[in-house]
Amino acid sequence: MRTFKRDASSLVVVLAAAAALLAGAMTGGAAAVPASTLSPPKTAEMKPGPDGFIRRWLLLEPIPAAGLTDSIVQAAVKKGPFVSELTAVPRDGETVDMESAQLTWHAVDTSNYNVNLFHFARSLDKNTSNVLFWVVTVVHAPREMRDVRLAIGSNAASVWWVNGQEVIGIYGDRQTVIDDGVSKRLTLKKGANVIRAAVVNGGGATDFCARILDANDKPLTDFVVNLLK
Amino acid sequence: MIPVGPIPPAHFCRREVIAARIPTNDMRHALLALVWGSASLVLALDGDVGIHDPSTVVVAGGKFYTYGTGGTSLVSDDGWTWRKGTALPLRQLAPDVIHIGDRYYLYTAANSGQTKADVSMIWTKSLDPGSPDYKWSAPVVVASSDGIEDANAIDPGIFLDPTDGRLWLTYGSYFGYIRLVEMDPKTGKRLRPNEVPRNIAINSEASVMIYHDSWYYLLVTHGSCCRGADSGYNIRVGRSKKATGPFVDNIGVDMIQGGGKLFAGSGGRVIGPGHFGLLDLGDGVQKFSLHYEADLDRGGASVLDIRPLFWRDGWPVAGDNAKEGTYQIESLRTGTVLELAVEGVPVGGRRTGRGGGRGGAPVTDGGPGGLFAGTGGVIPPQDPAAVSAAWPKGNLDLRMGNYMSQAQQKWTITPVTGSGGYPGAPYFKITIAGTDRTLAATAEGELVVLPAFNGSPKQLWRLDQLADGSWSIMPKSGPKSVSGPEGPLSLSAVGSSFATLAKFDPASEKQRWILKAP
Repeated sequence: MRTFKRDASSLVVVLAAAAALLAGAMTGGAAAVPASTLSPPKTAEMKPGPDGFIRRWLLLEPIPAAGLTDSIVQAAVKKGPFVSELTAVPRDGETVDMESAQLTWHAVDTSNYNVNLFHFARSLDKNTSNVLFWVVTVVHAPREMRDVRLAIGSNAASVWWVNGQEVIGIYGDRQTVIDDGVSKRLTLKKGANVIRAAVVNGGGATDFCARILDANDKPLTDFVVNLLK
Repeated sequence: MIPVGPIPPAHFCRREVIAARIPTNDMRHALLALVWGSASLVLALDGDVGIHDPSTVVVAGGKFYTYGTGGTSLVSDDGWTWRKGTALPLRQLAPDVIHIGDRYYLYTAANSGQTKADVSMIWTKSLDPGSPDYKWSAPVVVASSDGIEDANAIDPGIFLDPTDGRLWLTYGSYFGYIRLVEMDPKTGKRLRPNEVPRNIAINSEASVMIYHDSWYYLLVTHGSCCRGADSGYNIRVGRSKKATGPFVDNIGVDMIQGGGKLFAGSGGRVIGPGHFGLLDLGDGVQKFSLHYEADLDRGGASVLDIRPLFWRDGWPVAGDNAKEGTYQIESLRTGTVLELAVEGVPVGGRRTGRGGGRGGAPVTDGGPGGLFAGTGGVIPPQDPAAVSAAWPKGNLDLRMGNYMSQAQQKWTITPVTGSGGYPGAPYFKITIAGTDRTLAATAEGELVVLPAFNGSPKQLWRLDQLADGSWSIMPKSGPKSVSGPEGPLSLSAVGSSFATLAKFDPASEKQRWILKAP
């Protein structure tokens, strides 16, 4: 029988006991595994590669979240202080007080086109399933750029904002596919543009990728990423 | 060739005629077929479309022209609604016309005996009778048959080879061979008048060549004409690597021995297709003109039609214009389908426990009543009226997703009366099946789903079948300015989960869509 990922809401209901055992096994019970694809930034800024993928991000430690449908994900991203901070740029090491935990923002560079959130959470000995990751980056445009699009892929559901404006929402259990969710045409202002997302995972691997497409759907590469606004 | 008399006015009568024939107690099933089925009505052209042996449709000065037996003429502003045009000075048989340089060359023929005939050429610099350049030249005979030889010099077809600029004329009708002679593209006359014509096919008529992907195709019409619904006309094709043949069909039979792969036969309510003519609209959209010997919905009259032409395994395929019906609209590029951006509900409802709809019977997975056992009954299609009640009011986004047979993923394509059309078809509205939710273009070159259709050009859509059989979907009126290359905008799968409007790119799969019956 082919293995498959299950909708997190039904997984919780149907396999609650098993999920609890699974969660126990994945947190605290084993030594953290270093994130082989992620490393702390060593330079002040980073340029995208020829494929345009943004490889420097601030990642917040995962928040428990169950469910991948449109309404559940939209409700999840409105919880906590984040909805009023969509243009804020946290600093590496900054902490956030949540209901039952203090979570930390981590600045990372990824060696791949995507950001492996499974690696990230596992390296911190955190849950990787039924969780929500907040991620932020800052794109510094050399000039005003009109009619560009944010193009993302995520495992699983995700919601994206550019300079505080929600531009993409993709829902359901899904794998990361390059240019899966694509925004309508938008304008990047000259200077700092804050891109923020919430990625919600049900079970299994979790990651995301993001780049910016020009008016002809070609990847933009003439910008830099600097995690200072 | 028979003169064409008055025919019933068209159009959109076809659906009404069908409905009128259906007994009341069967009406519900007929309506269901219209809503849910893909085998719905095929639209022919609108307006005055009576013609026999039409020439290849040519576009000149933004208008579409075709000429038929008896010197008749039809003209259209959009390729959909037609009216009578100005008659030719030569009222002969089965013309064909081609545009080369600043001239339109027209070839037509007349019999002076059973097989004694002449093909004549006339030319003009304009096809618009209102233009000062509308002046037909004196006729020049370019090919003949003497009444004894195995040929009948009528039904000319003219072809300009795109690879080398050579001009070829084919002609002939049943009494013997289809013949080929080379013409002078500078004058429209025979290049070597004394050269013996080459025989390339036999016992057919209405021959014409086209070129595609390194092959020359010879299209001819087999069967009998001029007998209304008893006409056996059908269009056949063979191909060759050279313009001079031999033209061989798909099973290896040379057309000089009667070969010919069926390209278009009778179907539906139209009988006897004949007289193929290529109409290349660019951007990967090819269509063909033809006539049917009998349109049963127009009293069996001979009428013009324009249909999509696409290609499969190196052979031309006669497509059908978009049909009214309900479809999933799938991106050829991504495999995802257009959907209203609302939270979908699984067909049959969400599972709430182990065993799903069976109430969670505690049985082993895979066994009776287990996780994979289903409900034990038929799960009906989602009722759009019920499902859509939970959707937000007002304008909603369009997105794309994996097809799950949900209500927000099924689109009804409906022709719109009185809003014009394009070659072969009227404009359509595209709505979520069973609702008024209407797909529309925005002023910013994006897409939106409106609560209801109001007839705006941004809500009217053109569906053209492309060379590979997929479809392009273009709004009648897009935004005035969107960055990027100029040109008509087409529905484009820029992402797996997102569609936009962008200039059609023949080299890309982004603007290619598959219409599937849900």
